[in-house]
Amino acid sequence: MSRETALVSADWAEKNLEAPGVVFVEVDEDTSAYDGGHIPGAVKIDWKKDLQDPVRRDFLNQEQFSRLLSERGIGNDDTVVLYGGNNNWFAAYAYWYFKLYGHGDVKLLDGGRKKWELDARPYSTQVPSRPATSYAAKAPDTSLRAFRDEVVAAIGAKNLVDVRSPDEFAGRLLAPAHLPQEQSQRAGHIPTAINVPWSKAANEDGTFKSDDELAKLYAAAGLDDTLDTIAYCRIGERSSHTWFVLKELLGRENVKNYDGSWTEYGSLIGVPIVLGDEPGKA
Amino acid sequence: MTDVSGCAAPDQAAPLPASVDLEKETVITGVVNNADGDAVGGAYVRLLDSGGEFTAEVVTSPEGVFRFFAAPGSWTLRALSRHGNGDLTVDATRGVNEVGINVAA
Repeated sequence: MSRETALVSADWAEKNLEAPGVVFVEVDEDTSAYDGGHIPGAVKIDWKKDLQDPVRRDFLNQEQFSRLLSERGIGNDDTVVLYGGNNNWFAAYAYWYFKLYGHGDVKLLDGGRKKWELDARPYSTQVPSRPATSYAAKAPDTSLRAFRDEVVAAIGAKNLVDVRSPDEFAGRLLAPAHLPQEQSQRAGHIPTAINVPWSKAANEDGTFKSDDELAKLYAAAGLDDTLDTIAYCRIGERSSHTWFVLKELLGRENVKNYDGSWTEYGSLIGVPIVLGDEPGKA
Repeated sequence: MTDVSGCAAPDQAAPLPASVDLEKETVITGVVNNADGDAVGGAYVRLLDSGGEFTAEVVTSPEGVFRFFAAPGSWTLRALSRHGNGDLTVDATRGVNEVGINVAA
């Protein structure tokens, strides 16, 4: 994977809005933005309603994912271009998800909705009707997904990258600063995790920094190239953004996203937690 | 994900939820206006800490309103929009801190 295969620019997107075999998909947690205007021709996926299992705390299984994409009119051979708000957090999560279920050609729109808006590019409120397909998802590729026991075992043994803000990492905040802070789970971070906030990988307009800047960022933060890496945040979408950077843009091997992230880890009984700005000891 | 609120910004113009305790929360809220004095909806407002590091970002409501839950101290607000950008520094205290940001090309 590389920038050329994983990412498209807003210019490319605007030129390919009607290209056959290309499907634009807006992914957000709050889909009211889509309803108010979206990239012409784009279909929507609701991160919460469409991508999470309605009962269990988990995401869709292979059959559910196949059904979702079939309903949205997305075929196995389509080029899927994902974008969204929040600097593409939820679109990056969906990208990781499409990869996990083995979709062939999936790309992120660099800068997402933000770049599109700041460039004053066109929106549409028309919801496209795409004929249903018979999408067949592959078995989940668990080499991309970390579970809690693996994360506990990775303390002091693998790269753990906490991509939340410094205040969340240190335990001074439990959630990003645009949300009320009333959650009850413990604060802090996983011992030995380095803190590289997701935002350091993005420019102000939401586009990704250059490969050179990104490589320097993680090297300076102490990411060990010889070790496997697990990225986490609070609910797994900001860490998808960093997973995308490490795996898809920089081409690192063995990078997993821990989508359980802090809402799971910070609620586990008996696991070690570190408070403060330093990674802490294993 | 049924019991944990996610990371997308809530409706910026909605009244503060009853669960928000203003004895404890530091709310920074305000309106983004363009050079003509009109409210700018769909602007991106970034909250930067006293060291200039990015902390959070929200999109303004159609009425140009934004809101952050921060902590007491010095913050920089930076608004980006299709009408241009603008900055403002605020010394926030507990409770509601109201500000206005002007953007221009």
